[in-house]
Amino acid sequence: MDISLHQLLQQFPQQVVNGLVQGSIYALVALGYTMVYGIMGLINFAHGEVVMIGTLVAITVTGLLAAAGMPVGIAGLCGLVISILSCMAIGWSLERVAYRPLRGSPRLTPLITAIGMSIVLQNLAMILWGRNYMTFPPLLPKVNFEFAGAYFTLVQVVIVLLSALMMSGLVLLVYRTKLGMAMRATAQNPEVASLMGVNINRVISAAFVIGSALAAVAGVMVGSYYEVAHYQMGFVLGLKAFTAAVLGGIGNLVGAMVGGILLGLIEALGAGYIGYFTGDFLGSHYQDIFAFAVLIVVLMFKPSGLFGEKTGDRA
Amino acid sequence: MKNLLSPRSTLGIVLIAAALIALPFVVGMAGQAWVRILNFAILYIFLALGLNIVVGFAGLLDLGYIAFYAVGAYTWALLASPHFGLHWPIWAILPVGALLACFFGVLLGSPTLKLRGDYLAIVTLGFGEIVRIFMNNLNAPINITNGPQGITLIDPVKFGDFSFATRSEFFGVTLTGPYKYYYLLVALAILIVIVNLRLQDSRIGRAWQAIREDEIAAKAVGINTRNVKLLAFAMGASFGGIAGGIFAAMQGFVSPESFSLIESIMVLAMVVLGGMGHIPGVILGAILLTFLPEMARYAVTPAQVALFGKVLIDPESLRMLLFGLALVLVMRFKPSGLWPSPERSRELAEKTAGVAK
Repeated sequence: MDISLHQLLQQFPQQVVNGLVQGSIYALVALGYTMVYGIMGLINFAHGEVVMIGTLVAITVTGLLAAAGMPVGIAGLCGLVISILSCMAIGWSLERVAYRPLRGSPRLTPLITAIGMSIVLQNLAMILWGRNYMTFPPLLPKVNFEFAGAYFTLVQVVIVLLSALMMSGLVLLVYRTKLGMAMRATAQNPEVASLMGVNINRVISAAFVIGSALAAVAGVMVGSYYEVAHYQMGFVLGLKAFTAAVLGGIGNLVGAMVGGILLGLIEALGAGYIGYFTGDFLGSHYQDIFAFAVLIVVLMFKPSGLFGEKTGDRA
Repeated sequence: MKNLLSPRSTLGIVLIAAALIALPFVVGMAGQAWVRILNFAILYIFLALGLNIVVGFAGLLDLGYIAFYAVGAYTWALLASPHFGLHWPIWAILPVGALLACFFGVLLGSPTLKLRGDYLAIVTLGFGEIVRIFMNNLNAPINITNGPQGITLIDPVKFGDFSFATRSEFFGVTLTGPYKYYYLLVALAILIVIVNLRLQDSRIGRAWQAIREDEIAAKAVGINTRNVKLLAFAMGASFGGIAGGIFAAMQGFVSPESFSLIESIMVLAMVVLGGMGHIPGVILGAILLTFLPEMARYAVTPAQVALFGKVLIDPESLRMLLFGLALVLVMRFKPSGLWPSPERSRELAEKTAGVAK
């Protein structure tokens, strides 16, 4: 026990920065879960795999273009765009092929389908990209900033800003456009919404496509943040993001964002300080526990999440 | 149970018994490995039936069920291995394992059972992960679980001097370990199936089904929903604990790796794919989902060689890919499972008929 409390306090801003970055990524992925859940009550287990495919597509495209002589920045941008487009296509077909035929079937049926699709996507990615770790090309120059005792890189700044931008865009879309209104109406009551002339199929497809686009962006962010990617990376990330969505109150957009950022902060601070507060009995390898422990505690006191509305039993 | 002694059902029981006795020898012709797989299929039947109480009867979605299996397995591993130098007998460990799993079930259930469907799912998932992470890390500062290396040299099931791990001879037939375990497991499985069948038609079983169909109505007719749900959790958990104990003894080795989330998901898939809440269906689901991936393991490589002349695609991922596709396809064409209970399929038929009108 040679670290003093003073030193730990000095690390505090750094932990907050790390938590914010990780949290923004969680939030982007969580939005995909929460939109689909809000509209059709389905836990789309395969969403994490969409993120993973987004990362791997971006790696491949960027690598190919950079090898063809394109500057890394532009190649990376092309990689991002193509990864967004392919994820949108995957999200759309996922809904069209796997989930749409199951509407009106018992509640657990689509859940098993989602798990099946998750296994399929993961193994497809393994067949296509192999089981080795792939390095993500550095898209942004390595510049460091210092602010209030915390160091951060350009990548971190871009991640936080870009996700804030995407999230505000989504909020505008959902609360200011006609499609958004249709989405909210469908979430409230699909049957009545369809009687009012909302095309439910289109709304659900839109939710999947938008969620997948966000997932692709999140995937590229994860890739450029950690600089590695792997066909199994989607599962845990998806799990954490889903936890974040539930923490904030699943089905609620603001809840997913707050939940994601909160989860990132809790993990970073928890991993940083648990050793000190338990006298080194528990170390930072317990990081993954915080997400779930906090979730259980929050749900014990607020059974529908932080921002979730109190709903009756829909079962 | 009245007709159990009629000539026809006696004949049926005799035939089933003969088939169960002969089964390992038939399967064993393809190699002893298949007898082991058969044993695992029976273990999965235990697990699936335990989870079926929670998910199928009471309608509570539990994604962390494997945690109870882990508790049972580690209980056996710690009480009957050189790790702590303890070697308790089976009749002491199995009840302890079941009780401990049951305790964890109540521990998880009591604060969380007021949550609605999918919230409960994610909390149980988190609980399962927490248990696994603790097993992975509780090797320091005090070494309890031996961390990721796991615990080895676990005692096999033993009754007095009769061990299930060694070869022995009965009436001139030599039986190796897996065969002996098979008969032990079948005996246990019959017991568990009978317990489940009796539970289903009991007061408690009906209370569970009432909660599954409509919790508010169940409350209104005077069911103490909280206690009855807790009971479902506790009973499901203790089945998991027993299965875990046998698993540890059979393997002789446990490590946290065997209790990851994907295992919980597999057991859930067995329950849903077979036919939620229908005991024969769940058994079918467990058998299919244990055997299919194993058969694919043996079929994938030769099939590729026959088609392309060489192994193009990594057999392991091709096998999992086919497994995922199978899950999707079964759910697409049999949304309520391969063998749903008669009442359930009738309800669904009525529902679709109502929609068609």
